Amino acid sequence: MLCRTANELYWMARHIERAENTARLLDVTYRMSLLPYDAIEPGLAWAEPWAVPLITSGLATSFYERFGQLSAENVLRFMVLDAENASSIYCCLRGARESARSVRGAITSEMYEDLNSAWLDMRRQDYDRIQLAGVSEFLEWVKMRSHLFRGVTFGTMLRDEAYHFIRLGTHVERADNTARILDVKYHTLLPSAADVGGAVDYYQWSALLRSVSGFESYRKIYSDVITPRRVAELLVLREDMPRSLHACLNLIHDTLEVLCDAGSREVERQAGELHARLHYGKTDDIIKLGLHEYLMEFLDRISALGDEINTHFLVPNY
Amino acid sequence: MSDALYDEMQYPGGEVRDHYQGFADWLQRTPADKIVQKREEAVRAFHRVGITFAVYGDDGGTERLIPFDIVPRIIPAVEWQMLEQGLKQRVRALNLFLKDIYHEQSILKARIIPPERVLANSQYRREMEGMEVPGGIYAHMAGVDIVRAGRGEYYVLEDNLRVPSGVSYMLENRKMMMRLFPELFATQAIKPVEHYPDLLLENLRGVAPAGEEQPEVAVLTPGAYNSAYFEHAFLAQQMGVELVEGQDLFVQNDAVYMRTTRGPQRVHVLYRRVDDDFLDPLAFRPDSMLGVPGLFGAYRAGKVTLANAIGTGVADDKSIYPFVPELIRFYLTEEPILNNVPTWQLRRPDDLAYCVDRLAELVIKEVHGAGGYGMLVGPAATSGEIEAFRARILAQPDKYIAQPTLALSTCPTFTASGLAPRHIDLRPYVLSGKTVNLVPGGLTRVALREGSLVVNSSQGGGTKDTWVMAH
Repeated sequence: MLCRTANELYWMARHIERAENTARLLDVTYRMSLLPYDAIEPGLAWAEPWAVPLITSGLATSFYERFGQLSAENVLRFMVLDAENASSIYCCLRGARESARSVRGAITSEMYEDLNSAWLDMRRQDYDRIQLAGVSEFLEWVKMRSHLFRGVTFGTMLRDEAYHFIRLGTHVERADNTARILDVKYHTLLPSAADVGGAVDYYQWSALLRSVSGFESYRKIYSDVITPRRVAELLVLREDMPRSLHACLNLIHDTLEVLCDAGSREVERQAGELHARLHYGKTDDIIKLGLHEYLMEFLDRISALGDEINTHFLVPNY
Repeated sequence: MSDALYDEMQYPGGEVRDHYQGFADWLQRTPADKIVQKREEAVRAFHRVGITFAVYGDDGGTERLIPFDIVPRIIPAVEWQMLEQGLKQRVRALNLFLKDIYHEQSILKARIIPPERVLANSQYRREMEGMEVPGGIYAHMAGVDIVRAGRGEYYVLEDNLRVPSGVSYMLENRKMMMRLFPELFATQAIKPVEHYPDLLLENLRGVAPAGEEQPEVAVLTPGAYNSAYFEHAFLAQQMGVELVEGQDLFVQNDAVYMRTTRGPQRVHVLYRRVDDDFLDPLAFRPDSMLGVPGLFGAYRAGKVTLANAIGTGVADDKSIYPFVPELIRFYLTEEPILNNVPTWQLRRPDDLAYCVDRLAELVIKEVHGAGGYGMLVGPAATSGEIEAFRARILAQPDKYIAQPTLALSTCPTFTASGLAPRHIDLRPYVLSGKTVNLVPGGLTRVALREGSLVVNSSQGGGTKDTWVMAH
């Protein structure tokens, strides 16, 4: 397969996955903003629910440069509709569709048509329309479009290299996004020490679980109160949880085994190493090190793996 | 003028022609609201499928839909037989002409065409002189524009031998019609066109460099912002070959390779949709970002086949066009089956003198122009436009030819005010390789504005499905 094609497919998948995770994050933010949160120190903008998605995505600085004022409307405009913010849902869908268009021979026509119609719908959105239909309704639509695209991909595509690069992109992006979501809760949403284990803490952990479709699974697995330790276990180490870091690395590792040949063993080695840390990791060790420290290290490693994938497959070095 | 028009569907008295009877019956018994609904469905489907084209000169290269009309253009079997024979004959002669002018130049020695007309033509590529191309084929893909005038006689309006486009619309239009109106196909014997990509691939494999058992074919596109990008991607996908851009290829030891995720991979045949000038910055325009450095060297070394060959533009140039009937007689010793439109060459003082006062009746075309850009349709032009053109012609008469304004045939077409006749043309696609082949039909283009004769999609034209009846 052409390197350029692999590159476009990989980024098409990453953009769709990012759009979905942004929608998840905004959805849970929206829900949390409807709850009383006066337990959080009043007047601290960074502790407001609407600051969460900005910090999670590493976009707080560029948001304040463009909008200045933190408000639900501004965050939504920035994260959903802003054509200048490369990570907005608008730009992600546009990017995914542009990538698909430039390599449409490598994907099935159903996939292109699906993505193209998602983009045509997205282009018609504006803030008033989203408000009118309901923010949750719109975010649900974004998630559904991502599900639909994944389903079309799964259901129509030949299991060839193109398919593997799409899966690779999806799971590299998802691993990154899940780690960021977990890290934000650890950092910014913790109420005062007295509140640990209280109602707000509970709501926040449950909201975080919901944002990665993990709330119901948590209940099913643990049938018990929500504790940070179990959330970390669920979203980092459990391989049967499809958005966990372990599950993502399983897929990345398997996919790279198929894609790698003699010339690209280093990529496979790095993925294998990262995979082993999750496969043999223990919750105790994560907690001992500190979840935040653990996640920061993970983000560095997944980003290094992304660079390695780039060098070996996507941007030719000959 | 209107009473002289030939309508594809009806006799002048309004009676339906035989080969349209099936469609006319269907039209009559299908409720109007169902037709409206189907037309809307077609628009939605074309948008979703992304069958769009970009228009040069538009802001930001916006994508537009080429309007599709659901009334088919139907060609009776006997007329198609004649067209098919005539097209094969014409393209065979044009390929022989190209081979000749890059080798012996016997036609120039025989003084059938003034030598400077070929040798001083900007489309003539001296670099191609003496070079052998597989099978002696230059124009592997030819799009020949055909019109029908007056009493229904067919004329060749122009030959397109560089990178003719539109074949994807022929295929998509058929797919759309079969999806919208399966009952029409179930009850009538309409010849299929769907196998075109197979023929194309076979044709391309057949002209691979000698000795390649498993030639690798790729489609070379200028990229996603080219107006015909949809078609490039479509054809690559339909043939199951890679769609490459210049940046995806490199040349080493005169062989062409693709950059792939598993390292370099040889390419033997490039179906290139990039113009000659941009193919290789080392050989042609040095500022080209679309080409592949060294590609021409690989081509000369016979390690890669370019389809179409370099330098075919000289044969579809409008200053050569008037000689094509002579070419057919010269190379094939046959009488031309298809006629040319009578053409005045404004480089000739007599022709210029005749035409310059009659611009309001004539169609004026640039000799090297394409795509409907830079032409004047006299009867539809304002006096200001005519005066501007007259000045340009008098300044550089050798840049222009003139033709009578043909009363192009019409075909009923859905318009804002219901079904109405609109002018159409036809572009069949002729494949040349080991054999000369074409699928029955082609792309029918329709001028959607009332009275307009310009069918180019870049100028607001639409398309129709083209049916060739089996009997």
